[in-house]
Amino acid sequence: MYDGGKIITGLVIGVGLLLFPVVYNAGKAAKAPEPVLTEKAKAAQQCVESTAFMKTEHMKLLDEWRQQVVREDERYYKSPSGKLHYKGLQTTCMECHSNKSKFCDECHNYMGVDPYCWECHIAPKENQ
Amino acid sequence: MAMDRREFLKIAGLTAFLGIGGKAGLELLAPGDVEAAVKNAPLTAGKKWGMAVDVQLLDEAVMDKCVEACHTHNNVPDVGNPKEELKWIWKETYDHSFPGQENEYLAGRYKQKNFLLLCNHCTNPPCCRACPTKATWKREDGIVMMDMHRCIGCRFCMAACPYGARSFNWGDPRKAPKELNPNYPTNPEFPTRNKGVVEKCTFCAERLAKGQYPACVEAGNKAKPGVLVFGDLDDPKSEVRLVLGKRYSIRRKPELGTGPNIYYMI
Repeated sequence: MYDGGKIITGLVIGVGLLLFPVVYNAGKAAKAPEPVLTEKAKAAQQCVESTAFMKTEHMKLLDEWRQQVVREDERYYKSPSGKLHYKGLQTTCMECHSNKSKFCDECHNYMGVDPYCWECHIAPKENQ
Repeated sequence: MAMDRREFLKIAGLTAFLGIGGKAGLELLAPGDVEAAVKNAPLTAGKKWGMAVDVQLLDEAVMDKCVEACHTHNNVPDVGNPKEELKWIWKETYDHSFPGQENEYLAGRYKQKNFLLLCNHCTNPPCCRACPTKATWKREDGIVMMDMHRCIGCRFCMAACPYGARSFNWGDPRKAPKELNPNYPTNPEFPTRNKGVVEKCTFCAERLAKGQYPACVEAGNKAKPGVLVFGDLDDPKSEVRLVLGKRYSIRRKPELGTGPNIYYMI
């Protein structure tokens, strides 16, 4: 092999550079944030659907709600428990989950998603 | 739905007996829908919402009250620049309100008067035909509604509307000058808009759904009872039809065939 030393050195440097981020961040995985519930949300015990459903499907539910409210004027949602809820992110959801920065943003930041709801919908005032 | 033939016939028979067939019968088969109960409230069951403006009762103070109530409720900011003005309900002179109907010898009380203008919620709305995304459409109850989520800001609807009832957000409404909008957003229960969408009067659809009058009607009538009469133009017994049956009224640019549903009682 001609210039073997140079090639191997180059390879080592190249592979090293490639692996650097993996090695540098090893064992430092950011912990998935747990959404914090407000006292009001805790007292209510049950959201409009089960916690598991809300965790995975809240974005679809909100999308359905906005379609139904804005386009079909259907403004009430019947949860499985039979309770009626006014469909509204800004009113119904944030009335309990008034801690947007802890309840919504932490997880959204962790997942790298940036929902544009708050460009128009007004976020609740937080004390912190 | 689990229901055997016998049960179905029982309900169908009962429904026919009570004379509540059609939609009401269907709702009996699918009970628990709150919409049905809410729709029975007089304000949420309209087929063709419209409004009559009593021009004789209309003065500057009342108009200001209506505009303020609307803009407060709907979070419409004052952007300061008239070229970028956001108009849901606004004041305009006679010759700008009713072009083609002005004349040299028009009585001074009309010539010098401002009129209260808003979206006409046309029977045949040209804006809805122009919209490429169906972000604006005519609801079954007659409201020309706007879906800000779907608006792409092409402004075809603004070009199509002959009444200038649509406004474009040239900037973020939340960045409107603070000195002009000290408490913005004024209604924490209603969203604002974002940069690049068109907005307009929605006849306060979310208030109607609760059985409340639009914000302008409520505020106007508080200041001067009877100045704005809101109701279902399809219902001959509605308040608005009764006043229109008694008084001579004009509409804005009816010759265009848009079928405006705001009437001005002269």
